[in-house]
Amino acid sequence: MSAVAGSVQTFVIKGRCVVPGVVEAEALVTRDPISGWGGVDPRTGTVVETRHELRGQCFSGKVLVFPGAKGSSGWSAQFHVARVMGTGPAAWLFNQMSTKIALGAVVSHAPAMTDFDQDPLALIKTGDWVKVDATHGIVTITRKSQ
Amino acid sequence: MTLTDEEKAMRDGRDGNAIACAMDLLIRYGEALGAENFVETRNVCGTVTATTPFMRDFALKQGAGASGLNAVFSEFNLDTTERVDVPKVKAFSSHLQLGFDPHHPLEMGVTEQMVQFYKKSEAMAAKMGVQMMNTCTPYQVGNVPTRGEHCAWMESSAVVYCNSVLGARTNTEGRESTSSAMLTCRIPNWGYHLDEPRLATLGIELDMPVASVEDWGLLGYWMGDWVQDRVAVISGAGLKAAVPNLPRLKHFGAAASSSGGVELFHLVGITPEANTLEQATGGRPLKEVRRYGPREREQTFERINAFGVDRDVDYVMLGCPHYTIEQIWEAAQLIEGRKVHENSALWIFTPRAIKALADRNGYTKIIEDAGGVIMTDSCSAMSRAVPPGTKVVALDSAKQAHYLPAILGVQAWFGTTVQCVDAACTGKWVSP
Repeated sequence: MSAVAGSVQTFVIKGRCVVPGVVEAEALVTRDPISGWGGVDPRTGTVVETRHELRGQCFSGKVLVFPGAKGSSGWSAQFHVARVMGTGPAAWLFNQMSTKIALGAVVSHAPAMTDFDQDPLALIKTGDWVKVDATHGIVTITRKSQ
Repeated sequence: MTLTDEEKAMRDGRDGNAIACAMDLLIRYGEALGAENFVETRNVCGTVTATTPFMRDFALKQGAGASGLNAVFSEFNLDTTERVDVPKVKAFSSHLQLGFDPHHPLEMGVTEQMVQFYKKSEAMAAKMGVQMMNTCTPYQVGNVPTRGEHCAWMESSAVVYCNSVLGARTNTEGRESTSSAMLTCRIPNWGYHLDEPRLATLGIELDMPVASVEDWGLLGYWMGDWVQDRVAVISGAGLKAAVPNLPRLKHFGAAASSSGGVELFHLVGITPEANTLEQATGGRPLKEVRRYGPREREQTFERINAFGVDRDVDYVMLGCPHYTIEQIWEAAQLIEGRKVHENSALWIFTPRAIKALADRNGYTKIIEDAGGVIMTDSCSAMSRAVPPGTKVVALDSAKQAHYLPAILGVQAWFGTTVQCVDAACTGKWVSP
């Protein structure tokens, strides 16, 4: 679904609620799965994994769009600490459900969704403005043309 | 989720606030997963102690003594803003590795205050009824689940061993879900607790024999990179050459769960759910089969060693996952009568119970006489601790070689235990 209004494009995709809540923020998109412990630094809210395409980038306050979680079971604890430190993402949109991402999203208290009718990795670009209404299972993406 | 009367009673506070908070967390988590119900578990491995300066400061802000520890447990183990009193566990619960070895604060770079805080936290955990095994390998020191036993384990290398080698059933749990399971004997009935997700969908045909601990680490690292979190079954003549023992499968699983998210694998004719290829796949066709041979091994070796440049080795770390007594025996034989080079250092990590055995066997003395140190409870990746000034490390673990450059910014060489002990004694990394 796509509508063009002047130089602003809006898309809507639907999915399943993982953690309820509503938030709006800028998107940070990666096609690489994210490692928690040893993959991110909760003190700065950045990705530190050596071969990760987001290495050195900050996810704090962003709508993180990614395939899923990988790596050590310290996953939830890293994002739990990030939330308490105020460096966590604003929302989570992901394709591959796992215990790591489910628990990590739950303890981050940030709205989270999965099982989308269209692939968010294909539709959403870093820098897009994204409204996540996880409670109702709706994601609204707004993109300004260059 | 569908809850039993017992689960509803726990949720509604029959057994107190802590158990109610634990059930609430488990329900939120189960619903996030899309689980339909819970499964009972009486075997939990997790972490309940506080070992980081962040948690210490968090505790101190909430007040001295028990109230601080209660606050840490409430927030970081049960995910609640309520401040509950820490209760006793219901399930048989084992404590995993920590952020440092409290017996070696100097090497670990932790203050005496931090050690004292940890000791209070450890006393609290022991009083809860948690077994203070303090290892990533609980299956070495008294917690060996049986086939089909429902478990709630965290620590990815232990999870993959529990599922694959022992045939028990666990997902990769986290700090909050394991703590909640300890108090309620419940965990979402999802993923590897069910039959169908345990079947292999991918196949690996070995074109070469896989024999040494190093071989198994390389195969695991390659497999994880490809399969990510899917289940693969491995077959081929290369498997039959030498049935892998505990250190090999420990290294294999740890490597695979580092480069990918592997929680279960099958080895035809070796692991309990793969007496035949048909059993491992449930008779369904595999989605893809790849071959592993000398070219794949070589590429994986180069990939793991991509962060090695300088040949002067400052530090050799062994014991990821925690060394078995057999591996300590091997290291002791390799180093007996030699000395660790003045520009290098050797630390070996193992569970406390195995360190006690190494002490009795005389291996600790042999290693210490050579200038090495045997430590427990932790490792360099967990503690972020290496000898001062370390720029280049040598490792016999693909998992540790994966994590240390990311965590500490050091260069890492990966090779055999023999190469590592030689590097410790000469201060030089020599490629084979």
